[in-house]
Amino acid sequence: MARQPQEPKRPKRKEPKPKYTADRNIPGAFEGETVTRRRFMTGTVHTAGAVAAGAFTLPALGFALGPVFQGHAPRWVDVGAVGDFKTDGKPQGVTTDTYMPKIVTLIPGIGEVGKSTVYMRKRNPSVDTEPADQYNQFIAVSTRCMHVGCPVRYVAAAQRFVCPCHGGVYDFRGLRTGGPPVRPLDRFYTRVRAGRVQLGPRYSNNSELHRFSPRDPGEPLDGIGQYLYPSRPTARKLPG
Amino acid sequence: MRLPKLPAPPRPRILQPRPVRPGEGNGNGPPDPLEAAREAGISAADWVDERTSLSGGLRWLLFRKVPKGTNWFYTLGSATLFAFLSQAVTGVFLAMYYDPSPLRAYESVRYITNTAFLGAFVRGMHKWGSSVMIVLIFLHMGRTFFFGAYKYPRELNWVIGVLLVVLTLMMGLTGYLLPLDQRSYWATIVAVNLNGTGPLIGPYLADFLRGGPDFGATTLSRFYAIHMLLIPGAIAALIGVHLYLVAKLGTTAPPWLKAEAEPELRKAQA
Repeated sequence: MARQPQEPKRPKRKEPKPKYTADRNIPGAFEGETVTRRRFMTGTVHTAGAVAAGAFTLPALGFALGPVFQGHAPRWVDVGAVGDFKTDGKPQGVTTDTYMPKIVTLIPGIGEVGKSTVYMRKRNPSVDTEPADQYNQFIAVSTRCMHVGCPVRYVAAAQRFVCPCHGGVYDFRGLRTGGPPVRPLDRFYTRVRAGRVQLGPRYSNNSELHRFSPRDPGEPLDGIGQYLYPSRPTARKLPG
Repeated sequence: MRLPKLPAPPRPRILQPRPVRPGEGNGNGPPDPLEAAREAGISAADWVDERTSLSGGLRWLLFRKVPKGTNWFYTLGSATLFAFLSQAVTGVFLAMYYDPSPLRAYESVRYITNTAFLGAFVRGMHKWGSSVMIVLIFLHMGRTFFFGAYKYPRELNWVIGVLLVVLTLMMGLTGYLLPLDQRSYWATIVAVNLNGTGPLIGPYLADFLRGGPDFGATTLSRFYAIHMLLIPGAIAALIGVHLYLVAKLGTTAPPWLKAEAEPELRKAQA
């Protein structure tokens, strides 16, 4: 008798398991039970593992990121008497005004590293055309270059700020006139208390010397720049 | 003149083989003490192997077949590995003297360099070794690229290698600050500010690196922890995976080597 050619074996498709454990002949299944104890146990162990891992990962991460979101009350540092600063009131290019370097501890507690030079002069209304208020009767210019943060120095003969690293040049007011910097030099708030000039927190400027909350160097603030480089929620402009 | 060969002196009693007692054992006496002493190393290794089965894995890792044409360029990866090990060892010992506080860091580095015994040597090994590791890792990368060794099925190993390059560069960046001299300080200021120029996330990244809006009291210790704990751990783990994949997939023949046909096929072609 000739053998019939056999059908090629197909893998049998698995029947979907019944929804209720009682229908699957699982011993001890309850009426209406849908989750097996094994599956429930697996889920419990995974959840417990995730909770345990999160319990040490999340605090550690928060600990590492904490200082980023920590706010600081503004510090005001005495930098001299009001009479120490003079202006002849003449316009830019003619004026013989110059900056006085003041060495200020900007970050306390880390020794020499926390000190920085701040260039200061009295506001000259024919040079400083930005609106006057209580915070800019004395101009305090930061020495942090707005390219990548090298220290600029003021060259009195040229009435320019010059950066030694990549050739950034700023004019008398701290506006960029050459080189790679992307915005004018940062400034500090100043105020007068009992005949003394006090230096406050830092702020940044766009090329029209509008105030912005402090940004890092290399972050332009003109046009779209102020949105591409968001400010810190912990460091705001002072009101007024 | 040839000296006459003298008989060996008699063994002390304790080293003499013990005779088999009647009715004891299966004809083999207790082991010869001298023989046992000679085999001590092997039997110790056997003891460990019997309990761990490590020898199979070691044989798998070390006694691999390598293709014809394997040459000195294939040693660049091992060279990079040894540069890393050298950095790890010298780094651990530098950490015994180094003090990561902004007020004391420079002084402690000066102590290592000028006063500590062999301090200048160990610090020099670490400092110059970092450049050596960067050079070697890029040579290794170039070898892999020009030999086409990144192609299927080794793409994942290339990706891991690129991660290792990035981590090695981050080691260089974070280690550069630690002496806390003028050069370190300003180089770090510039590097962090470069990170800050990335749009949208740049400012947050810069703040994370510094641990705040300015170079502050915790920036140095933060760089120190990243430099000696976080990245070395990641590098060691990735090197493990990298080596596993090398052993698993084997190495490639150099591209100038033509594939040889089977001898039978060669006969048929002729």
